[in-house]
Amino acid sequence: MAEPIIRLEHLTKCFGSGEDQVHALEDISIDIQPGEIFGVIGLSGAGKSTLVRCVNLLERPTSGQVIVDGRDMMSLPDRELREARKSIGMIFQSFNLLMQRTAQDNICFPMELAGVPRRNAVQRARELLEIVDLAGRAGAYPTQLSGGQKQRVAIARTLATNPKVLLCDEATSALDPKTTRDILRLIQDINRRLGITVVVITHEMKVIEEICSRVAILDHGRLAETGTVEEVFASPKTEAGRRLVYPDGVPPEVLSTAADRARVVRVAFNGGTSYQPLIATLAIECGVKANILGADTRNIDGRAFGTMLLGLPEEGAEKALAYIRAQKDITVEEVPDYHG
Amino acid sequence: MVENLTALFESWGIASAQASSQAEYLTNLPELLDQTWQTVYAPAAATVLAYLIGLPLGILLVTGEEGGIRPLPEPLMRVLNVVINLLRSVPFLILMALVMPLSTIIIGTSVGTTATIVPLTIAAGPYVARIVEISLREMDRGVIEAAQAMGCSPWQIVTKVMLPECRPSLINGATNASITILGYGAMSGAIGGGGWGAVALMRGYGRHHVVVMWAAVILLVILVQIIQSIGTALSVKSDRRINNNGSKKRRKS
Repeated sequence: MAEPIIRLEHLTKCFGSGEDQVHALEDISIDIQPGEIFGVIGLSGAGKSTLVRCVNLLERPTSGQVIVDGRDMMSLPDRELREARKSIGMIFQSFNLLMQRTAQDNICFPMELAGVPRRNAVQRARELLEIVDLAGRAGAYPTQLSGGQKQRVAIARTLATNPKVLLCDEATSALDPKTTRDILRLIQDINRRLGITVVVITHEMKVIEEICSRVAILDHGRLAETGTVEEVFASPKTEAGRRLVYPDGVPPEVLSTAADRARVVRVAFNGGTSYQPLIATLAIECGVKANILGADTRNIDGRAFGTMLLGLPEEGAEKALAYIRAQKDITVEEVPDYHG
Repeated sequence: MVENLTALFESWGIASAQASSQAEYLTNLPELLDQTWQTVYAPAAATVLAYLIGLPLGILLVTGEEGGIRPLPEPLMRVLNVVINLLRSVPFLILMALVMPLSTIIIGTSVGTTATIVPLTIAAGPYVARIVEISLREMDRGVIEAAQAMGCSPWQIVTKVMLPECRPSLINGATNASITILGYGAMSGAIGGGGWGAVALMRGYGRHHVVVMWAAVILLVILVQIIQSIGTALSVKSDRRINNNGSKKRRKS
């Protein structure tokens, strides 16, 4: 394997000190290869944003090492760090465009910093607007652009300095599904055409599925697992992974042992006048530990509607079924070979 | 003209000696222009000087704090804040008296309209610092972060991001500051300064020239209205955050 373009080693980040200290990141080590699209996923508060901010040192890690394109970022003096940042593009959830500049002047901004003559900068900005499919909107101010268009301008802006890495911090989280797909296509296109390594931070599985080749799952500041997207999605090895891959409940073949789900029944609540704490009653009155395999219930005006999928152990299943059948406004049916 | 005015004032129940002297004063065009000039030039000069002091201080207050783009040592920030608060809490009338020796050193005299520029600047500098601070705090942190991610130095963030992005708010602040300083300037009659504030105070109130007093107050109101209108118009015109259908945020002056 080639030399990784981003190497995070034993990265730890603490906020605060003493009693109030919070470990935002704990001992994270990740290698990201040149040219890949690497995803980092986790629930909110998992430390994803902190992690990506450690790559360009917007957030300085408490300990560990950050190596980008062969440079040890943490050892760089301020001036060289700023230079290094110019080859690491970054886009954000809230786009973060300069509101008082036109789309074209936003794209010129990083070139101004780099001292590119105005005429060349404008020409390059025009080309970039073309790449992100916004050729007609050069003179538009950010408030005149839609969310998707703003993100395109932001992408064009980061491309202006020919970065080697593009960091996307929840870049599509503020966008609707269609626009999200368009922006992801654009990022993928940029990755393929320009060979820019992309790091995608998201809480949405779909984003990872759509464009990433490898993924890391963050959970409470720790690296739960990493692997190719196929590996992780086919068989998440950790609790955090399962929660993300199956957000609507874990299928029984993943969660429970065979004994727990000898009999699978579907229970439908048809609007019983009072909400029955069914599972608890089963456990107390029948001594049956029912296993909720999936549920989709709503409480409307104190009445229960919806269905629940229960796994019942062989022993006591009949008793439990009899009890459920006896309830008003609840119907039950057995689901044979549920995991067939 | 003078006769007509005198007759008018007399019809308002003003004694004829008072009426004629007030009518004479209010028709003395060179005097009126001179007072207007004095009303404007000392506060205007003080506003410019106050911004020379207050703008950098206001920037430091935002950038130098903990978590700012260029944090300064905490004790320094605390001293800065205390000094600004102290200067702002001294009543302007007292401050004028206190800095008279300083005015003598800087301008060569401690009385007169020009001499009021010194206390006005000292009073307004810290005020401007706070006004600038408020404007810059409106700045979206995310945009600053984006600029940092692009390799902006703190100086570039201030000059190329914060100041241009906050321009409409800074202009509003400047309007506000110049009106406040104009108001301070109106008190300068107390140390022999001129202008409509002094006229209202010394001639109008002091000599019971009620008509002159009200005329001076009305002129000040008109001046303030003009400054506010110009300021608001500039601010709105400079703001690019207009929405799609082109209708600007409507603000009343």
